[in-house]
Amino acid sequence: MNFDYNEEQQLLADSVRRFLARDYDFEARRQIVASAEGYSPQAWATFAQMGLTGLPLPADCGGFGGGAIDLMGVMEAFGEALVVEPYLPVLMAARAIARSAQAKSILPAVIEGKTKLSFAHVEKGARYDLSRVKTTARKSGDAWLLRGEKAAVLGAPMADKLVVSARTGNGIELFLIPGQANTGYKTLDEMRAADIVLNGTKAEPLGGDLALVEEVTDLATALVCAEAVGAMKFACDTTLEYLKTRKQFGVPIGSFQALQHRMVDMCIAYEQARSMACLACSKIDSNEGPGDRARAVSAAKIKIADSARHISQESVQLHGGMGMSEELKVSHTFRRLTVIAGQFGDADYHLARFAAL
Amino acid sequence: MDLNYSAEEAAFRDEVRAWLQANLPRDLKEKVSAYAHLSKDDLMRWHRILADKGWVAPAWPAQWGGTGWSPVRRYIFEEELGYAGAPPLIPFGLAMCAPVLLRFGTEAQKKRFLPRIYRGDDFWCQGYSEPGSGSDLASLKTKAVREGDHYVVNGQKIWTTLAHYADWIFCLVRTDPGAERRQEGISFLLMDMKTPGITVRPLILLDGAHEVNEVFFDDVRVPLENLVYEEGKGWTVAKYLLGHERMNTGRIGESKRQLAKLKEYASSLKNDPRFRDRLSRVEVELMALEITNLRFLDRMRRTGQPPGADVSMLKIKGTEIQQALTELMMQAADPAAHDEFSAAIRKKYLSMRKTTIYAGSNEIQRNIIAKMTLGL
Repeated sequence: MNFDYNEEQQLLADSVRRFLARDYDFEARRQIVASAEGYSPQAWATFAQMGLTGLPLPADCGGFGGGAIDLMGVMEAFGEALVVEPYLPVLMAARAIARSAQAKSILPAVIEGKTKLSFAHVEKGARYDLSRVKTTARKSGDAWLLRGEKAAVLGAPMADKLVVSARTGNGIELFLIPGQANTGYKTLDEMRAADIVLNGTKAEPLGGDLALVEEVTDLATALVCAEAVGAMKFACDTTLEYLKTRKQFGVPIGSFQALQHRMVDMCIAYEQARSMACLACSKIDSNEGPGDRARAVSAAKIKIADSARHISQESVQLHGGMGMSEELKVSHTFRRLTVIAGQFGDADYHLARFAAL
Repeated sequence: MDLNYSAEEAAFRDEVRAWLQANLPRDLKEKVSAYAHLSKDDLMRWHRILADKGWVAPAWPAQWGGTGWSPVRRYIFEEELGYAGAPPLIPFGLAMCAPVLLRFGTEAQKKRFLPRIYRGDDFWCQGYSEPGSGSDLASLKTKAVREGDHYVVNGQKIWTTLAHYADWIFCLVRTDPGAERRQEGISFLLMDMKTPGITVRPLILLDGAHEVNEVFFDDVRVPLENLVYEEGKGWTVAKYLLGHERMNTGRIGESKRQLAKLKEYASSLKNDPRFRDRLSRVEVELMALEITNLRFLDRMRRTGQPPGADVSMLKIKGTEIQQALTELMMQAADPAAHDEFSAAIRKKYLSMRKTTIYAGSNEIQRNIIAKMTLGL
């Protein structure tokens, strides 16, 4: 039993934090969000130099073969700083490609930071059900052609290649298509996404199946739990600071018991959420089978969704009017936590999945 | 990061589990499982079985019978007791009076009381709360006036758990009403419950059970040798005990057993999504608390620092979970049933409301966290 990061994990998380503090503070982030690209090519290049793009990928493709716990500290740092880089979609697509015959031809450029990927799976109306795919892949001569529509594909506007799921005669399989010229739109949490229309789009088969989609999604869910923990930490820290400095009736508002107890409950929710993120990431890495993994990930996502909602709402409320202002970072943390609560399945979805396992 | 026990710790857990399987008397286990009343004999029979095994006071120093286990092993042991459905070990002697004597007692006091506590010869109770002094304990009024080689005690304690079983009571009393700080006028006294002038009157709680009492002191003469530590230093002693709260405050093992039982008992509701989701949320909260508890234990092991306000968090969450489990159990019971078990479940729900009030109400625990952890 040991809840510390090892030395390598801690060093990596520390250097990511240092970089973000210097080059990705709230003002820098505001400019990145407002830019045409919607992400920072310079930050992305730095992430690649630091090894973040290679960390979760296999060694025979130039990666480091790392797991979820290796990334936990990094994701917490991303959550604190509200990083809008398309890290999760790249990672999801890369992990899917890692199982294909094309791994060695595609992944080295991803690891170098030259190629960005996206994972186009979700369709309108499917909500969180990963098995609901209507997009089809049909073979015509030597070529595979995709028809259908993928929705809200995170990181698609900046992706050089997209992994797309589609139905064949064998159920769900994965395909690779080139990046689509699509400016997309800004999500509620100020990231970039796009809808992808496939009208007989030529695609390269990658193999894979629904189980692989579930595996990749569970990994991303565990990591987004860790990111949420970082965002919640910021929300708790900044709210506590505000309670200590904001004065009304001649005293710091943190001297009022009604507010103290609410702050305490936020901190308890944070600790409980962090515990569940640890559980999810460690079950991803321990490889005890998909049932065990899914159960831990769903349990974690239930707690993260509940805590994200609780902490984000309370952090705005305890800031009073200032919490509503877009000038304060806490209001942007509110946006990110609101999106995370539903990302890869909201609490209701995961409650159903948890009970069924 | 590794959430699992080490191979040695896991082997220890298996050893404890196997021993409990073989040595926890079936009739006691069944009583606990049925939420039945546990008599003094039931409690003390189990106490003595553990004492004979050498496991009744693991945290004590080895010379007095402690096992020398690490905090992690002690935690594992206590959680296994709860998980197995063992009767509770009453903490007043083993986990409250004894640590106080070990830290502040004279050699004579240690020799006189510790072996008897260990063997279960004396049943102890705790005299802290008074009618006017609950959360604000330092306002207590029961007074002890020195007369020759005795203190003469007058006053009243309330909510005194199992005082009707007790041979001895440890009390906080006011020895100096004029002290500048009211905490400085308090002393820690040990009293034989057979001393003339002590009267125990039952207080029946909302579940109809007799568990707590009022204890009246009317010119009770207590030998000076029963003072622990110095006169006027009782508050120091009481604070030490607060910081000494055990790391199993969250009662994970016990709640895991209740959860398993609830799942079995409520099987007819497993397809009701409303009930199912409530159950799942409690289960997730318990999974989280178990890991939170292990994280705190790991931190304590690394830093060597006492757990402090961490224990308050475990108390808040642990008791909320215990209450939620009994509430769901009651909800799962057939509303038309009034057999013995259904009745016991409903009474258990009533009884468990006490958990968020006793041992420092959950509001007091939040005050502690706000002050100690958050600096508010």
